[in-house]
Amino acid sequence: MEWIDFATPKTISEAVEMLASKGDRARAMAGGTDVLVQLRGGRRSADLVVDVKGIPELNVLSYSAQDGLTLGAAVPCFRIYQHKAVIDNYPGLIDSASLIGGIQIQGRASIGGNLCNASPSGDSIPAIIALSAVANIAGPKGTRQVPAEDFCTGPGRSVLENGEILVSITIPVPLAHSGANYLRFIPRNEMDIAVAGVGSSVVLDASGQNIVSARIALASVAPTPVFSKAAGDSLAGKAVSDAAIQEASEKAMADAKPIDDMRGTVRQRVHLVGVLTRRTLNNAIQRARGG
Amino acid sequence: MPGVTHVQTTINGEEVNFLCEPRQSLLECLRDVVGMTGTKEGCNDGNCGACTIIFDGRIVDSCLVLGVEAQGKDMTTIEGLATPEGLHPLQQSFLEQAALQCGICTPGFIVAAKALLDAEPDVDEARVRHWLAGNLCRCTGYDKIVRAVLDASQKMK
Amino acid sequence: MVSNPAEANIVLSEVEFDVVGKRPIRPDGVDKVTGRAQYGADINLAGLLHGKVLRSPHAHARIKSIDTSKAEAHPGVRAVVTAKDLPFSSLSKDELGSDYMRLKFASNHVLAGDKVLFKGHPLAAVSANNPHVAEEAINLISVEYELLPPVLDVLDAMKDDAPLLHDDLHTASLGETSEKPSNVAAHLIYETGDTEKGFAAADVVVEREFRTAAVHQGYIEPHNGTAFWNVDGQLSVWTSTQGAFAVRSSVSDVLRLPVSKVKVTPMEIGGGFGGKITAYLDAIAALLSKKSGAPVKLVMSRTDVFEASGPAPATWMKVKVGATKDGKFTAVQANLAFEAGAYPGSPVMQGMLCAFGCYDVANGFLEGYDVVVNKPKTAAYRAPGSPQATFAVESVVDEVADQLGIDPIEIRLLNAAKEGTRRIEGPIANRIGLVECLEAARNHPHYKSSMGSGNRGRGVACGYWMNRSFPSSVSMTVNYDGIVSLIMGSVDIGGTRASIAQQAAETLGIAYEEIKPTVVDTDSIGYTFITGGSRTCFATGWAAIEAAEEVKSLMVARAARIWDTPEDNVEYASGVIQHKSDPELRMTFKELSRQLATTGGAITGSSNVEPTGEGNGYAVHLVDVETDLETGKTSIVRFTAIQDAGKAVHPSYVEGQMQGGAVQGIGWALNEEYFFNDKGQMMNSSFLDYRMPTSLDLPMIDTVIVEVANPGHPYGVRGVGEAAIVPPMAAIANAIKGSAGVRMNSLPMTPGKVLDAISGEGK
Repeated sequence: MEWIDFATPKTISEAVEMLASKGDRARAMAGGTDVLVQLRGGRRSADLVVDVKGIPELNVLSYSAQDGLTLGAAVPCFRIYQHKAVIDNYPGLIDSASLIGGIQIQGRASIGGNLCNASPSGDSIPAIIALSAVANIAGPKGTRQVPAEDFCTGPGRSVLENGEILVSITIPVPLAHSGANYLRFIPRNEMDIAVAGVGSSVVLDASGQNIVSARIALASVAPTPVFSKAAGDSLAGKAVSDAAIQEASEKAMADAKPIDDMRGTVRQRVHLVGVLTRRTLNNAIQRARGG
Repeated sequence: MPGVTHVQTTINGEEVNFLCEPRQSLLECLRDVVGMTGTKEGCNDGNCGACTIIFDGRIVDSCLVLGVEAQGKDMTTIEGLATPEGLHPLQQSFLEQAALQCGICTPGFIVAAKALLDAEPDVDEARVRHWLAGNLCRCTGYDKIVRAVLDASQKMK
Repeated sequence: MVSNPAEANIVLSEVEFDVVGKRPIRPDGVDKVTGRAQYGADINLAGLLHGKVLRSPHAHARIKSIDTSKAEAHPGVRAVVTAKDLPFSSLSKDELGSDYMRLKFASNHVLAGDKVLFKGHPLAAVSANNPHVAEEAINLISVEYELLPPVLDVLDAMKDDAPLLHDDLHTASLGETSEKPSNVAAHLIYETGDTEKGFAAADVVVEREFRTAAVHQGYIEPHNGTAFWNVDGQLSVWTSTQGAFAVRSSVSDVLRLPVSKVKVTPMEIGGGFGGKITAYLDAIAALLSKKSGAPVKLVMSRTDVFEASGPAPATWMKVKVGATKDGKFTAVQANLAFEAGAYPGSPVMQGMLCAFGCYDVANGFLEGYDVVVNKPKTAAYRAPGSPQATFAVESVVDEVADQLGIDPIEIRLLNAAKEGTRRIEGPIANRIGLVECLEAARNHPHYKSSMGSGNRGRGVACGYWMNRSFPSSVSMTVNYDGIVSLIMGSVDIGGTRASIAQQAAETLGIAYEEIKPTVVDTDSIGYTFITGGSRTCFATGWAAIEAAEEVKSLMVARAARIWDTPEDNVEYASGVIQHKSDPELRMTFKELSRQLATTGGAITGSSNVEPTGEGNGYAVHLVDVETDLETGKTSIVRFTAIQDAGKAVHPSYVEGQMQGGAVQGIGWALNEEYFFNDKGQMMNSSFLDYRMPTSLDLPMIDTVIVEVANPGHPYGVRGVGEAAIVPPMAAIANAIKGSAGVRMNSLPMTPGKVLDAISGEGK
């Protein structure tokens, strides 16, 4: 690896100052499972690595019935899937947290880092989009919020400007009769990058027979994760049925604009979006019904 | 002129001090700086688990941790499992079940399995396979490794 | 003792021994489970420097210039080397005569001369005080390339207008050499009988084309090499290798040193499977050491391992089988074209010899092409050539059985090779165990069980590997406490210290624990061929047995001296030395050992053997799979591996070979492939995208060890390491026919390709 300096700021403003002063010669790092691989492989370059794990706000993992879930940007996956409130309220989030890499990766990697890495195939991003997550950013000009579906702007690029860091992600309190699920297709059973991934969430009415609203997001089928608004909106007000789910999956397929690469072909990925949309919707509906 | 960092950390219960550059991974520091070569390098990018150690209570790929991040932390490596009294039950089970052929992946598997059995004394085949999915073995096909871990879990109860 | 997981998994065992056939703990086991064992990258020497290699980013280019000046000036750098530092660069064609081409290829493969022929081809190397500095220095070397069009497919490479990798490589075809240069290095034919008549007499003829992608052996330990070129001209090398003598040969060859000046110490090895026979780094480390005046260690990155070691070849194959309506084969044919990579030497010949190795056919035609392409030079991968050819043949045999409505095991039994079968290329089979393996498969609960619900299919395939012998050397010294030091040159990759010690103990009639095996360097033992070719338990075992016989006769002579009686009055049986006429005069091995010091000193027996009589290896695999028809993903539901081991010296390690080979085959079948872009650059050179099976992708691998004793070995041993990887891809393809309703004709059978096949799209 090229030479790097290493800093461990203890506050948000310290970190912001370090990042702002070095511009794109500095990189924030939480778990390091993406950053270190990229620095070693020459895909990214930095003079300064800013370790954000020492900043208290980035390690918060808390839930309240008023504010929902506050997920610090540096919180590693294993804390997420061991947390009782997350287990009780956000199984759709656990779907993602428990399939990024393997157990070793989950000991370090964070969902905040997954979002900031802004890979089109980031496994947590469709899940948090489906859950209506908001990114809380701090920078030289202060703080701002960005919906998760607007955070990524291109492969490896995000809305973060010079000196800005992701502090946390907020996920609203789940509505009654709601459920979510994330599934991806990989050739093995673990350790792979998603060939295609879909995160779905639904809100049902009290009878559980009708869909009030739905959100569907896609991974690995565009330069960024895709919020397939048309697919989710097509379910609003409809009775739960195979036909409704089929229609939503076709709209999701229409929003998929993948490329051919060594992990998958266009045809395969579009087809898989259809399959995974149907499967995640069915799972989300089952969870919404208490199953 | 770039300088080195003094890291003070705990390895297998002992305080260890070493000097390293920030760009050196913890794996590199263990092997080349501290001289503990039991932890192995297979890929250097977190895809094979040969470098598995227990770090701050969780199994991690030490190739994806920087040496400087070990400051003030504690870790367990393969060298920390046996005692003067004898082998850890996992080590004994691996020998009895012939769960190693070339042995290069073995330290990573044993450390990963130790973390599992310490946290979950009652495991079944499915849980063992899931937990160890981040450790690649090319020689054994995993069959005898899984049997060894299940066997050790019985011994450790 | 090692526990026996499946009591009834050894069949047909005719002979019981005291030590052979048991499951003791391996002698190197404690070091390997505690992390003490020293693998190649673990070595540390005083003053050690670290090296890095500069590798070509291009698949095919002429090197116009290399400027190493900035690297040489970089702080911390001690030496820089290029091909100019290799002796070949200053030797003329006249001086080398008929050795010119061979040395040119060997030398250029180590460090590229005037051309780079594959992405990853080494061009230069640097030694420095730490590996990061060495990496920085590599990036300071500037190379001017003239890009050339890459040749990336075997059939394209064979065309008349294909760009040539070597303008001095000619086709060796059936005893003649072609006039024009070519990418085809060799054209081979074997035939027997009359295939035209044979196919005409068939009721069913199936002919299919197949393709397989390049795959890697996938050992977890990257290549390494550490060298110290001392001022007295002695070169010491420490390396992870399947054969210390192979490294000594190739390093001394390319550096033009007498072998006596080169000492190779084999470190523990983290997997080889045929891929750690070629010495990629050791000569480079030696050159750097000479220039630096210090020891230099080189270790490959995982990317380097994929791009610049020796994968197994991509292939094109066409197989034709004709049969009567009762299932008897009337004629068989295989045409194979294998990619050798940048230099000649694919295992196409072995592929030809193994293609129909399971069958007794009167009419057969085999044709093979060894073709160079701009990819890394291929190396052996566990039964090289046979897995690919068997994928094709066993798929066609399955289709023939299907068309005739005959059970897949029955059709194979009907045509199975037996003792006395004449192979297409000539040799007559000795006592072999294919029929017994097929019968064991037919009788196995797996074959009789229901597959369960879901889109499932069941597949069978059999496979053959000839197994090898080659020389081995063993030395054995009796210590004064009765412990026997067993010295061998065979590197221990998977438990051979144990299995050789078992054979020694059995022969001497003493306990396994009283043998102390050690693997030594090239100065300390006679020439020993590689650990590979399924030869070690067989041939080094032979050497240990003969050395033990010498020890026995020397112990008899010593007892005779002690008892002051002629030697033929003394006998040795079951570890006891007995005076034939006086029952009072008897000593155990240990008791006699205690007297050695005062009666003439230690006793040493030794042996250098190259045994003939290696038995052929046969395996039969049964697999149940399930395919998700919406995604094309195939999962292994149940797997049973059956193999003839002759006599399993250590059954746990024989099971281990069978399970390991099966799982490599599963990866080869379902997901593993080299993915190249159109510039010839490998796109998936990491364990992330070169997808080998994890523990979560597999069930337990059940095994059945069949023991049809090999008459060519005192304990009946047959090599087992390689036949284990030959059947799985075909077995899985045959199972996918059932689970997905499609016949796959290319490897790997990835989800995308299965989906396409199901929907009738694409190729």
